[in-house]
Amino acid sequence: MKNLNLSCLMIIISLASSRLQAAKGPDLQALKRELQELRERTDELQRKIEQYESKTSTQPQPQPLPRPAVVDVPKQTPATAGATNVVARPWSPTDPIRLLGTQRNYLNLSFDALVAAGTSTADDIQSLQLGGHDPNQRGFTVQNLETTLDGKVDPYFRGQANIILQIDPEGETALEAEEAYLETLSLPWNLQVRAGHFFTEFGRLNPTHPHLWDFVDQPLINGRLFGADGLRNPGARLSWLVPTPFYSELFLAVQNSQGETSQSFRNSHEDEPYLGRLHDTGRVRSVNDVLFAPRYAASFNLSDSQTLLMGASAAFGPNGSGRDADTQIYGVDLFWKWKPVNHHGGFPFVSWQSEAMLRRFKADAFDWDLDGDSALNPDGSEQDLNGDGIPDLLPNEILSDYGFYSQLAYGFRKGWVAGLRGDWVSSDAARYERLFGRDADRAQRWRVAPNLTWYPSEFSKIRLQYNFDRRRSIGDDHSVWLQLEFLLGSHAAHKF
Amino acid sequence: MYSTQPILLMKAKFLILTAMLFAGAAHAALNVVATISDFGAIAEEIGADKIKVTTICKGTEDAHFVSARPGFIRLLNQADVLLEGGADLEAGWLPTLVNGARNQKIQSEAPGRVLLSRGITLLEVPTGPIDRSMGDVHPFGNPHFWLDPANGKIMANNLAEAFSRLDPSNARSYDRNRQKFNERLERKLNEWAKLMEPYRGTKVVTYHKSFDYLLARFGLELAGTIEPKPGIEPGAAYVKLLISRLKVEGVKLILIEPYRPRKTPEYVAQASGGKIVIVPERVGGHEKAKDFFGLFEYDLAQIAAALKETK
Repeated sequence: MKNLNLSCLMIIISLASSRLQAAKGPDLQALKRELQELRERTDELQRKIEQYESKTSTQPQPQPLPRPAVVDVPKQTPATAGATNVVARPWSPTDPIRLLGTQRNYLNLSFDALVAAGTSTADDIQSLQLGGHDPNQRGFTVQNLETTLDGKVDPYFRGQANIILQIDPEGETALEAEEAYLETLSLPWNLQVRAGHFFTEFGRLNPTHPHLWDFVDQPLINGRLFGADGLRNPGARLSWLVPTPFYSELFLAVQNSQGETSQSFRNSHEDEPYLGRLHDTGRVRSVNDVLFAPRYAASFNLSDSQTLLMGASAAFGPNGSGRDADTQIYGVDLFWKWKPVNHHGGFPFVSWQSEAMLRRFKADAFDWDLDGDSALNPDGSEQDLNGDGIPDLLPNEILSDYGFYSQLAYGFRKGWVAGLRGDWVSSDAARYERLFGRDADRAQRWRVAPNLTWYPSEFSKIRLQYNFDRRRSIGDDHSVWLQLEFLLGSHAAHKF
Repeated sequence: MYSTQPILLMKAKFLILTAMLFAGAAHAALNVVATISDFGAIAEEIGADKIKVTTICKGTEDAHFVSARPGFIRLLNQADVLLEGGADLEAGWLPTLVNGARNQKIQSEAPGRVLLSRGITLLEVPTGPIDRSMGDVHPFGNPHFWLDPANGKIMANNLAEAFSRLDPSNARSYDRNRQKFNERLERKLNEWAKLMEPYRGTKVVTYHKSFDYLLARFGLELAGTIEPKPGIEPGAAYVKLLISRLKVEGVKLILIEPYRPRKTPEYVAQASGGKIVIVPERVGGHEKAKDFFGLFEYDLAQIAAALKETK
């Protein structure tokens, strides 16, 4: 029946085309259009027939195009790729749920687990390791159990959510909504908006998730300035792809400045002293109370095998030390990668990544006389470090903290990467430290960390890392960590 | 009387010139970005001087592991057309680039997004349950489909159709080039079939399952791969097993791409008395594989010569 229909259509088309050849003048365009429509309808019918036949009969599959007679191709199955020739068998409950591809799902789902085992000579491993996802105890650490959901929301947005489970040293499981945002797909003028809860685009490491890191722990400078969990908060971000001959992009994020994930801003530090004083989250009183984070990034292809990506970032916002206190953080980052044009599975490669940051924390004056009675509380909640019997009064001052890390990764054969990272953080001694002594959160320290990673496949890795730590007035420490990762489900494409 | 004519002529010339300028501006060459060089090569045959082609993945590199260099974001941002293979070929790097490019013309389902695997019958579409213990199995089938030269016709038709849709004023040119390409391909297919005819049924080994379409087209049989499973590097035990199997089955030809490591294939060749032939999988993978026809000319000549030698 349908074959008959098809032949009829074919005849109509051939008639139409002969008319087309004869036609002249304005008729031509109309006829062309007509012909095009007819062709499309024929194609449509052809596809329907193919689908129908492959579902119902066992006869040989129709060939898309005649092939040369001298050659016959064995064992062929219909294509399932492409929007137009999907020949799908209905799903039955006994089938496995497949989340491998990226073309037929409304939602890509993946689960990534990072666990570590190791030991350290330090007695205070939790202050030695600054990252919330770092190995933080002797024995085993569950660093990060991350469920990622992403997909196209509709023709206008893409959505992503990263839900983290963590098990702390006390064995308590914590649930964390690390990121959940949507992003526009095609705004005009090269613009893109991201809105929701997301990592601030500051430097290279802060916006990435631990499973992409080249080391088992986060750099010290990130820990000092952005805290255990990195700088992230609810907000919105606008970015503009600048029409330059090379890649360059401008970002401006506006985010909340309060909470646990904004260490240097309006963070209460769980009512523990930070920088010698107590902090208060406070309230949003004006537009100045939000966090502004601009960034500019540019990339150059130095050759077919070498790529350079550079960026400058900043973050401005109020902090919790007082009414007019604010923080400014500045950073520069650089990433260079060499990957030869004849690589096999992405190997060999050499990459070099470095970031330097500076924080200027304008701390308000602080009176440790918390109840205002000019006398020390017997419960010890008020500080008297100069020992004059009355609570201390801290002056307002600007605290400068800075540091950098630089890391080299060498993928020397498929699946094998050797890495080396150097970390250094320090600060200018502050006036409050004359009373308190050098603050451990600000004192100079450095770390050297060589490591070796083996990726049995793209979906698993085993990493061995050694850390040498030198902390001023605390001393030297040695740590060894073995990290294991596995990834289930879809594997999202990586950013550069 | 004498002066009017030159003025008229000048006016006419001016009009024609401005018309040409505007026409030039209105029909500037389509800016085409191809994920791999083979799609770009066919596009050049079809589009000729009406398009400008840039390729993301070099012919010399492993197409599954291209770095998503930020420069490609800017490239895609300015593209009128994006040619992709689909079937997860570019899944590891293309989505982030397209997302960063924020270009409405090449979003999925946009007329400028051209899927080259459309209408092509893919090999090795898994029919039973699959999981990753089988290696990196492609759920949509083997994505190296451009290596069946006959698929060139389907791709040429797809491209001509897409270019005509985006640039109707040059539709006739695209169609003419498509016909020319298909006629030449038809001649070449017969030529190549004759060249390979004596070796039908010969068993060969490849590194990855990348040459399956080429083998199927010319009746060669895949006896095994250097990789035990797609994307998994071989271990000693597997290599030993492979060698003994190749000896038993009398397999003499090992076909590898230029970017693959040589150590294991060389060892296998030596132990089994076979021969390695290094042939590019894509246009640009060798200096002689300059265009679509050049790739197959070069590859088939190499393979036929080696097969003749080992026969």
